[in-house]
Parts: sequence; structure tokens; C-alpha cells
Amino acid sequence: MIKNVYSGSVDYLQVMDENGKVDGALRPTDIGDDKLIELYRWMSLSRAVDAKVISLQRQGRATTYAPLLGQEATQIGTAAAMSAKDILVPNFRQHGSLLFRGLSLYDFFVYWKGYEDGLVSTKKMNSTPYIVPVSTHLVHAVGIAFTHKYLGTGASVLTYVGDGGTSEGDFYEALNFAGVMKVPIVFVIENNQWAISTPVRKQTAASTLAQKGIAAGMVCTQVDGNDVMAVYKATKESLANTPKGPSLIECLTYRLSFHTTSDDPTKYRTEAEVEDWKKRDPIKRVRLYLESKQLWNASKQQTMEDEQLKTINGAVSKADTFKPDPKSMFETLYSSIPDTLKDEETDALNSGFWQEGTNPV
Amino acid sequence: MMSNMVAAINSALDISMEENKNAVILGEDVGRDGGVFRVTERLLDKYGPDRVIDTPLSETGIIGTAIGMALSGLHPIPEIQFAGFMYLAFDQLISHAARYRTRTRSTWSVPMVVRTPVSGGVKTLEHHAESPEAYYSHSGGLMVVEPSNPYDAKGLLIKAMHMQDPVLFLEPTKLYRLFRQEVPDGSYEVPIGKARIARQGNVLTIITYGTMVHVVEEAVSKKAVDAEIIDLRTINPLDEKTVLDSVEKTGRVLIVHEAQLSFGVGAEIAARIAEKAMFKLNAPIMRVAAPSLPYPFPGYEQFYVPNVRKVSMAIDKIMSA
Ligand SMILES: Cc1ncc(C[n+]2csc(CCOP(=O)(O)OP(=O)(O)O)c2C)c(N)n1
Ligand SMILES: [Mg+2]
Repeated sequence: MIKNVYSGSVDYLQVMDENGKVDGALRPTDIGDDKLIELYRWMSLSRAVDAKVISLQRQGRATTYAPLLGQEATQIGTAAAMSAKDILVPNFRQHGSLLFRGLSLYDFFVYWKGYEDGLVSTKKMNSTPYIVPVSTHLVHAVGIAFTHKYLGTGASVLTYVGDGGTSEGDFYEALNFAGVMKVPIVFVIENNQWAISTPVRKQTAASTLAQKGIAAGMVCTQVDGNDVMAVYKATKESLANTPKGPSLIECLTYRLSFHTTSDDPTKYRTEAEVEDWKKRDPIKRVRLYLESKQLWNASKQQTMEDEQLKTINGAVSKADTFKPDPKSMFETLYSSIPDTLKDEETDALNSGFWQEGTNPV
Repeated sequence: MMSNMVAAINSALDISMEENKNAVILGEDVGRDGGVFRVTERLLDKYGPDRVIDTPLSETGIIGTAIGMALSGLHPIPEIQFAGFMYLAFDQLISHAARYRTRTRSTWSVPMVVRTPVSGGVKTLEHHAESPEAYYSHSGGLMVVEPSNPYDAKGLLIKAMHMQDPVLFLEPTKLYRLFRQEVPDGSYEVPIGKARIARQGNVLTIITYGTMVHVVEEAVSKKAVDAEIIDLRTINPLDEKTVLDSVEKTGRVLIVHEAQLSFGVGAEIAARIAEKAMFKLNAPIMRVAAPSLPYPFPGYEQFYVPNVRKVSMAIDKIMSA
């Protein structure tokens, strides 16, 4: 006997196309034009901040940086769909999501200048800090979701992973745990088509990344990740569904910039491909829509850009004055410092942390 | 040819791929991109995608697959993009690569060379500056090599590919392009398990490796102290003889590594000296290392990585003891 025991499918959602044309029937009811302008401002701010860090990095004033250029709709759309009590578990590229959730620009720049101190505020904004080892945070996200289910807080978790990150064992383990434990979590795959120089087709032989959630028993959707309304809508619906269990959203977007400031994408991808994706820019299409409705124009744009730049520059100047306290490395390793580490710290202090120009005791 | 460490390792890989048709390179971004540090540059063009493999983003996949290849007749050269991400494959290395030979009483073996960048000093992001040599040396079964210069890097890598054991080849990122050195174009070996005397001296033995060789050399020349500098080159197996011979001559020992102080390579060396040459010592053994805490973000790096001043202060102390 042969019978079909499983067949699955994944739906694709787009609300606003690349020319700013909106499918009215699909438009989320809670995104009116005012709300859309607000999202537009957030996407624009993220992009401006991104450009700022890159220029600081080029001047030696910031660390290696992973830009979000092109991925603003995915990040702002998902973050905007969360409620304040929900928990965000980012990886290393969700600057837009973190800023939206309340990471101050000052903290953001302190972090990107290379100080742990930029992460301290994440806890009170219901977000875990940036995580660099790919996909390792996804299992934490499941545990956090478990806690909230256990405590009955009603909060859900939203976590991100890149297309490359879906190849890690931790990704599958997280999906599986989430499915089995039926915890309130939404996995967002930020499919920007590249993992450094590796294209998606070399990460997987599957035709979508979304379908990876099917095997873990969760609801899976693919959306136009450059369409902030589609991202918002899918996220909102997934979050509403978390009492029933986890879901997964694959956002199709594109990393318009380099992987990090150390990367040279001309080695592995064509300019034509990048140009093609620029046509699908997530910010441009919203502007086209807003302009077509007479809700936006060049002067409003200029005012917004000026204001944003002023805010950004203010935060950078303040972050420039940040002074690291090397004692904090020792004092914050454990809840209380063990004697042997205290001895090492004392030695470091007495030696002026071995810096030239200090006077060792 | 005058080469930096990147070019020297690239040449060793090229020679190994040429010499051994069963050698394959696999890892994240090692093909088209030539590796994030360009160490595997041009090898894809020369050897093709069956032998230079851009893998999915999975460290367990890379190391585990390499183990399978090694078990069945290939001699893989997996690359882990940064040592900080090799922890994801720790199980494959410790539970499998290291044990396969002994648990089958030498019938199976895992000939492979795992390459990964280590150490800091170049203001990288978190997890990009690890010094994990002690973890991998601790339980046995993996040879752990860490060159301090282009010449040794090339010879050690070629030698590693001539061995039938798993070798962990740790490449200090800071040294990749720090300086050039005369490196022969052709094939040559530098022995594994044999330290190099980087400087002869009579009053103090300084044992070090990797990035710290250069810091120690600078400190010694500044202090004008007649110190003997031993560049271990191989962490496991340790060249105990070279160490003990030197200690016998000098009677003073300073061990310097970039990795954290506690439970590190320095502790192992100090213990061996204490066990076997205690009565030759004129002063307590001293260690200079990073504090016993995780490598910090780049803004704190200068307060963490041992520098010339820290080594100099230790030299003063040990010479006045
Ligand atoms: C476990 C691990 N392996 C390797 C790296 C190095 N690395 C950083 S980002 C990256 C590619 C990630 O690609 P993707 O998941 O698609 O995310 P994207 O960078 O495109 O946002 C790699 C290989 C890492 N940070 N963590
Ligand atoms: Mg990606």
C-alpha cells in the first residue's frame, strides 16, 4: 500500500509592491497612513544610523560593523508588531529592531565603539543583547518563551536568524524544542540572500527557508521582507497565534551593503544583482505611496533627514566622551568577585593596567 | 620569497593540495571569497569546487563531515572562520576526532588539519579573538600547533598534512599581515612537537608562542636582559626537553601567553618544571597572561591583552627575586 501521509505548502504574502501600490484587501487594519508615516520614519532613521556607523568605522571611531541597509522593513515591521511586554531576541544585525524597541542611540554608539556598556539597557527594554555566534541565541529564545508560558505572563518572544543561520544545528534544535514545548515564539528568518559570500542556494536544497518550520510542526509563512506592511501583518498574526504555539516567518529581503565593514562583496556578487534589488528598496516604495497620496514631499523629507541627523550626531558626540572603566571587566564576571580574581584585579590596578604613562605601585 | 603569514599558509595549502590528491578544503567562504582573511585565495580556481568547498554555515557540519572524509581515505583541511565559533564543533573534535584512533586501538584514524584564526590585539568584534589552545590540548588526541611567523607557519602546515593524526592549526590573526619574512617557495617541513629557540640567553628562560613571541622579543630587547626565548610552536605535544634544558641553564622561568591565566598552558608548563627541575630554580616560576575572564569587547582590549610593559614588569620582578 502506498498513501500520501504528508503534504505541506507555504503561502507568500505581499501587501505593497515595489512601486508603492497597496492591495487594499490585505492591508493591516491597524496601519493607517499616520502609522505608515511613523514606520517610514523609523526605517529612515535606521538607515541614517547605519550610514553613520559606517562612516565612523572608516574613521577608526567604531568597530567592525554589520549594516542593515536594505533590511529596514523586515526589522521595523517585525518590531512594530510586538507589544511592549513581548521579548525581542536579536542576533548581530537587528539595529533597526533594537532602536525601535528603545535602545538609545547613545547606547547603540557606545556598543559600536566597542564597549559592553552599550548593552546594559537591553534588559529593561525587554530585549536580550546582540549575539554574535550565529543561531546560538535561538535556543535561548525558546527557553525565554517557555518561562513566559510557565509564568503565564502572556508575553511572546520574537527572534531573528539569517538565511545562513538556518544551516546551524542550533536552528533546527530551537525549532524542534519550540514545536514540542508549544511555546509562544515567532522565528523570523531574515533572508537577505547572502551569508557573507555564500548565497542561499548553497545553504539549502529546499526551495524556501520557510518550509523548514513545517517539520517542527509550526505555521510557516513567506513574506516580501521589503514590504513593511506584509512583514507587520504576518508578525502580528503570528504573535496572536502564540497561545497555540510557535510560528515561523521567512522575510525575503536583501543585504544591499557589504556583510561587514571588513567585507568586499564585489568578490562574489554582481552589481546587476544589487541594482535589481535596489528597485525593490523597502523605504522607496513607502515614499512612493505616501507621495502619491500627497502625504509626503521633498521638504518633509529634508526636515526629517535634518532632524534625524541632528539626533544622531548628538548621540555620537555623547558616546565620544564615554570612558571605559577596566575594573568593570573583573567586577562583573560573577555576582561577587572570587578571591583569586580579586588578586588579579588588584595587580592590574597597581600596575595601571600596564598602560604607558601610568605609575605602577 | 618575502611572504607574510597569509601568503605562507596559502602556499602551504597549495603545495598540500598539489602533493595529495585526497586533500580537500572545506569551510565557510573559503571558495569564491578566498576566506575572510584571504588565506584560501585562488585555490578554488586552481582546484575546483570538488576540492575547495564553500559549505553551509555549520561548524558541526564542517568538522563532522571532515571527520567522515578522513575516516574514509581523504585528508581534509577544514577551516573554521574564527576559533570563537569552533566551540559549536567542540563535541566533534573532542569526542570524535581526538578519540577515534585510540578507541579502535589504532585501526581507524582521522588525518585532518583543522585551521582556525585565533588571538586578538586587532580590535575585532566579540568572539573573534579567542585563545582556546588549552581546551583542545587538555584531553589528548589532538595535536595543537600555533606558529608565530610565516616560515614556521608554512613548514608546520605542510608537516601537519604529512601526519596521520588530527592537527589543530591555530593562526594568530594579528600575525597574518604583521610582517614579512623570507619563505622558501617549495615544500619543506617544520617539525611538530619541537620548539624553536627564538633567542639564546643565560639568565632567564621565557617560554611563549603565537602573538606573544613578538611582545616578549620587544620587552627583552628593551630591557637588554640576557634572556632565552623559547617559541613553543607546538602546544601539544609539548617540547618538554627544550624547556627543561633551558631552565637548567638559566634557573629562572617566565611563561607568557595571550590566553587567560587560570588553568592554561602556562600552568601545565610550570607544573612540569616544578616536577622535574624544581631544584634548578633560583626564583619562583612566573606567568604573564590575560586576566582570568573572557576576552572583552575591543574598547577594553588594551587593558586585557598582555603587552610589552606587562612583560617588562614581570622581567624586572623575576630578575630581582
Ligand atoms: C557560529 C558562527 N559561525 C560563523 C560566524 C561568522 N559569521 C558571522 S555572520 C556570518 C554569516 C551569517 O549569515 P546569515 O545568517 O545569512 O546572516 P546575515 O549576516 O546575512 O545577516 C558568518 C559566517 C559566526 N558569527 N558565528
Ligand atoms: Mg544572510
